[in-house]
Amino acid sequence: MTKLRAWRKPDTMSIVFIVLGAVILLFIFAPPLKTVFSSSPGTLWNTLLEEDVYSSILLTISAALIATLIGLLLGVPLAYLLARHQFRGKKFLEAIIDVPIVIPHSAAGVALLFVFGSNFLCGKVFHNIGIDFFRTFAGVVIAMMFVSVPFLIDSAKEGFKAVDVRLEKVARTLGASPWRSFFRISLPLAWRSIFSGSVLMWARGLSEFGAIVIIAYNASFLGWNTKALPTLVADRFDFGLDYTRPVAALAILISLIAFVALRSIAYRGEKA
Amino acid sequence: MITIENLKVNLGEFLLRDINLDVKPGEYFIILGPTGAGKTVLLEAIAGLHPVLEGKVWVGDSEITRLNPEKREIGIVYQDQALFPHLSVEENIAFGLEMRKCPKDEIKTKVNAMAEIVGISHLLKRSPATLSGGEKQKVALARALVTEPRVLLLDEPLSALDPETRERMQGELREVHRRVKVTIIHVTHDFEEAIALGHRVAVLNDGSIVQVGTPPEFLRQPSSEFVARFALSRNIFSGRVVDTADGYASIDIGGVRVMAITQSSGEVRLSLRPEEILISREPLQSTARNCFPGVVSEVADRGSVIYITVTLPPDFKPPKSAILRGCPDFICIITRQAFDELKLKKGVKVWITFKASAVHVF
Repeated sequence: MTKLRAWRKPDTMSIVFIVLGAVILLFIFAPPLKTVFSSSPGTLWNTLLEEDVYSSILLTISAALIATLIGLLLGVPLAYLLARHQFRGKKFLEAIIDVPIVIPHSAAGVALLFVFGSNFLCGKVFHNIGIDFFRTFAGVVIAMMFVSVPFLIDSAKEGFKAVDVRLEKVARTLGASPWRSFFRISLPLAWRSIFSGSVLMWARGLSEFGAIVIIAYNASFLGWNTKALPTLVADRFDFGLDYTRPVAALAILISLIAFVALRSIAYRGEKA
Repeated sequence: MITIENLKVNLGEFLLRDINLDVKPGEYFIILGPTGAGKTVLLEAIAGLHPVLEGKVWVGDSEITRLNPEKREIGIVYQDQALFPHLSVEENIAFGLEMRKCPKDEIKTKVNAMAEIVGISHLLKRSPATLSGGEKQKVALARALVTEPRVLLLDEPLSALDPETRERMQGELREVHRRVKVTIIHVTHDFEEAIALGHRVAVLNDGSIVQVGTPPEFLRQPSSEFVARFALSRNIFSGRVVDTADGYASIDIGGVRVMAITQSSGEVRLSLRPEEILISREPLQSTARNCFPGVVSEVADRGSVIYITVTLPPDFKPPKSAILRGCPDFICIITRQAFDELKLKKGVKVWITFKASAVHVF
């Protein structure tokens, strides 16, 4: 169906806002686009085949995935509690959850080492069960988790809030325990928000640099001594812009493709 | 069947207190109260979904005050139906049986039987989002009833429906109650709904029960200003349809035959808004189908409007065919100006006139 629209001379304000909007859009869009297109596909392919690069990509993707899974396990219950209960100090708690978003990530890395370093409390406990964080895969995981889990918790919380509490109440009167009501009603209905929060967390984890540089500049992973992808980009920059450009292009491409693909899964069937 | 003793519930803004109710097995019990009186919370407290400060709730011989909702066998239907949007109609109805770990084929049989009772067999495969308000309400009803609860709680089940559907659903609720014989507690703010459906009605106001009684008791002796205001907002009569022709029904309400537009037959209740009745000193020449002589028996001055109660005169002879005895009173509202012009006072002979279409039969 064609829509008929009366053409109206745009007012000055709209014109100014459109121009300003176009500038900021260009600012957001042009650098990644330029980076991706300044390397030929052949160059990108060859870069991808370098051991340094593909081991780094594998490390980054899997560390972000594991961080997200742990985030789901620990963050979703908290999100549910926050969505369903009112209590004193709730606002404060919600502010704490967003702390990782506002503090400098390199400082976050230092702070994490102060807890998970092998000389400190948590670090010792984990050391005893064979997990160390300094310059290891696990270190990459906790660095990613720390800076990205607020996105998952916030999104899951909004998802649970959008589920009418009466649905859970009805489920209870129909004989469902709190567990079954959660898994049959609340979780499926909030799933889209939780999933898109996970995608956001994963994507944010993929692109983390500051905290990882402090905890695990190099990390051993499946026998490789490698680096997270953003770290690799910075590392290569020491040798010059031309040297780092294809890696940067790959990093951008991988993040964007993953992000767009997962988002489209999350919103599939939205209009049905 | 269900007994509530000195129940006290915190509503945040205020308290529900001294709630005492005794609902009999199989009874259709109505709790009537204005919006914000705490009706929903009272139901949720009965269902175990809202904490109780003091008091006890019994179902039969067992006390359930602290029991988890899933152990109470008390069903609830909310005003907005609260159907599970990610499940089909069939899965919605089957939910409670699944939770009880019923065998698959038994679930299927029971779901089909219940869908048949409430008349939604053709909707089983649909998604709740595609249903009309009335259909959703039936699904919610079926979902609650299929688990054979000991008590069914209905929270304003008809309020979200359009007037036509509401009237039809009223009839269907009565029918379902007759077939399933479950004990029902139904809360509403609608006086007519309460009178039409309730075996007994409890009035909830300002956090406590102010009156419990059968609908006729209620109308004759409102125990408080609050109930009286409710009662005054409508003329409500019981009657019987004695004749129908051309879509009109002639309804005997105690010697007087009122003409109404309805398809109903047999015993009916009818209501008439006080402002629909015209008062005059002489019979009115008009197209209105109802015109009766009467005597002003009561004048209640409410400032800008005046409530006039008109009783049929002592010398009024009911027609020989009259079935019911006892003359009903009509409550009318008129403005102060009209009151002065007609020089009305107690004992004055008047005529009352109203249209057949102003009579609401339910």
